[in-house]
Amino acid sequence: MTDSKSASAVAYLDHAATTAMRPAALAALTESAVELGNPSSLHSAGRRSRRIVEESRESIADRLGVRPSDVVFTSGGTEADNLAIKGLFWAAVAADPDRNTVLVSTIEHHAVLDAVEWLVDHEGARVEWIPAGINGQVDVDWLAERLARDASHIALCAVMWANNETGVVQPVESIAAMCEEYEIPFHCDGVQAVAWLPEPARWRSRKSSLAISAHKFGGPVGVGALVVNGVTPHPLFHGGGQEIDVRSGTVATALIASAAAALHETASNRSIEVPRVRELSQRLRAGIATVAPESVVVGEASERLAGINSVAFPGCQADALLMLLDSVGVACSAGSACTAGVPRPSHVLLAMGVPSDQAQGTLRFSLGWNSQPSDVDALIAALPAVLERARRANRGGSRVAAGAS
Amino acid sequence: MTAPLKVVAAMSGGVDSAVAAARAVDAGHEGVGVHLALSKNPETGRDSGRGCCTLSDARDARRSADILGIPFYVWDMAEEFSDGVLDDFVAEYLAGRTPNPCMRCNEKIKFAAVLERSMDLGFDAVCTGHYARIAQSATGERELHRSADPHKDQSYVLGVLTAQQLAHSMFPLGDSLKSDVRADASERGLLVANKPDSYDICFIPDGDTAGWLRNRIGAEPGEIVDALSGKHLGNHEGAYAYTIGQRKGLGIKVAPADGLPRYVVGVDPASRVVSVGPPTLLDVDSISAANVRWTQATPEVGQRCLAQVRAHGDQLPATIEQASDGGPLVVSLEGTFRGVAPGQSLVLYDDTRVIGSGTITSTSRRAPARA
Repeated sequence: MTDSKSASAVAYLDHAATTAMRPAALAALTESAVELGNPSSLHSAGRRSRRIVEESRESIADRLGVRPSDVVFTSGGTEADNLAIKGLFWAAVAADPDRNTVLVSTIEHHAVLDAVEWLVDHEGARVEWIPAGINGQVDVDWLAERLARDASHIALCAVMWANNETGVVQPVESIAAMCEEYEIPFHCDGVQAVAWLPEPARWRSRKSSLAISAHKFGGPVGVGALVVNGVTPHPLFHGGGQEIDVRSGTVATALIASAAAALHETASNRSIEVPRVRELSQRLRAGIATVAPESVVVGEASERLAGINSVAFPGCQADALLMLLDSVGVACSAGSACTAGVPRPSHVLLAMGVPSDQAQGTLRFSLGWNSQPSDVDALIAALPAVLERARRANRGGSRVAAGAS
Repeated sequence: MTAPLKVVAAMSGGVDSAVAAARAVDAGHEGVGVHLALSKNPETGRDSGRGCCTLSDARDARRSADILGIPFYVWDMAEEFSDGVLDDFVAEYLAGRTPNPCMRCNEKIKFAAVLERSMDLGFDAVCTGHYARIAQSATGERELHRSADPHKDQSYVLGVLTAQQLAHSMFPLGDSLKSDVRADASERGLLVANKPDSYDICFIPDGDTAGWLRNRIGAEPGEIVDALSGKHLGNHEGAYAYTIGQRKGLGIKVAPADGLPRYVVGVDPASRVVSVGPPTLLDVDSISAANVRWTQATPEVGQRCLAQVRAHGDQLPATIEQASDGGPLVVSLEGTFRGVAPGQSLVLYDDTRVIGSGTITSTSRRAPARA
């Protein structure tokens, strides 16, 4: 009778928001969820849980090319980013009160941006923004010049591994090297990247951290990690100090086991899945180019994650496109919306200098490990009618209230 | 309703619009819930880039749509609202008039910008929780009528709608009493069933219109004078804070000789003079209006009707003295209305049916009474 009851999603193209749980992750979750013990307890039940947690930690560390003791489990990517940004800032200022400047790119996720802005508003931090270009990449030359000028007041530098809206992979290897040269802690938001990129340690420097989130690579929502390498952030919250005294809270055995299983499966299948999804993305972009020749792929010239396709439809409003696609069962995403659901122009696209008529009509179609050609084809089939309506709405075609003064 | 329609159900987060949406869905229509974000002002304390309307209203609306099993979206109409309603509200007060922002919102946002966007996107109608009835005339035209609940009737603020707008509007609460709507909401498990009614202007939740205007416009001091003697009685911080018929907040210390209470009887924005006088000066029996809209054909001069000048005000029998399509409208009243301000809306009825409306430009007394 109504949309949500009849038109279950025929094409899920929003894997960058959250992707399907992998079978191994689901199995690990249900198996471990019945374990009774608190991993911090000293009895045998506690030890059983602790063993699951530590085996998971070792597995994740192995896949990321780090030491197990560097993996700090959190409730997800947002907590990991907040822990890094605030915790590393506090640690830097505690060691040297003059180190109060944060260098951060303009295209970061809100988990990083808003944490930095909070530090500026409440903790006396200064922020300097690393610009991004129309290719979707942060400006490494700007950063090099900035650091060469004077790096003595810089508390930390933060640049994401790959952008969540455009999928553009950032030059984090050079940035990490620069930060290492000037002995500045480097935080890298790897939430979108780790599912896709084979080189696990591009972000590493002698002082660095990486945020990851399990539900972006087929694990459950509610678990992530901050991987620390040569840095010790001050904690965000205080309690039992379960995770190397940096993160307190009962360790989530089943979620962690599930995350480890998901990352294991992701990494094991990567050599098959990534080319497959890349091909699906090509099919998607070619299909869109056919039905909407005026459309523009954002960051087309840059290296991008296999699954993320950010496409601008000039002359359309993204929220209208999203609604019309939703009504025919195609799920995608339109930049960001605020808490109340008000659509907002994407700060990422604006920071890149994407013209506003493109930015306001940009949708993200993101594919995942279980995407099928039929998902792509459903989108392409729906697009012509959807675009026509959205263009009409943008022009203000219907004049029902003729005579309005 | 015969054929099922694709309907945008405007959902404010209140009980009325939630039940209206539910009834549209029950009637077999394909409903989509839409919450209008009308405020640019970041109530959440965030920067303007992520400013929101009232978060809890949006959440209530979303939850109601969820319970009804219909999709839900938020449409950003803040710019249209600011241009069409807020700017007009300020401009009207600055011009010495008393606007009705709800009417402006119906005219320019809900049944214009929202309806047009809905139609463009492939919908057939907009459904709202207004208390008013749409009926079909013998000749098949859409008619707007008073609602079954006399206390909640909103036909007055919908008086601006044209027949064409009515043809794409749906008011499923028109036949119900408010108490029945609440009971219906409760039966459907809608959590907003007991949410209090909103009475104030939505963008002035504390009800302090004068304070809101002062923040927006700034002080524009002027004189308060006696309308009869021309005598200086005091000073004010802005003529825009005064409305004809207002009694409170005049700050007059000298008691009038006649012992009668004093009311605002005139506001002159050019000289910033607010004149006050006895209540008898407020009685009018002839009203002129502009921005006139007829729901159907323009009526004949001499046609008798019922006139109403306030949302829940009394009606008086009236005669149309002058009427043309788009031109000025003049009606004479049988009896008098007290304290009618330019800017208010005049809505004319034939029994329960709305004939048309206009924005009041001037009022007069054909046979002036002296106190």
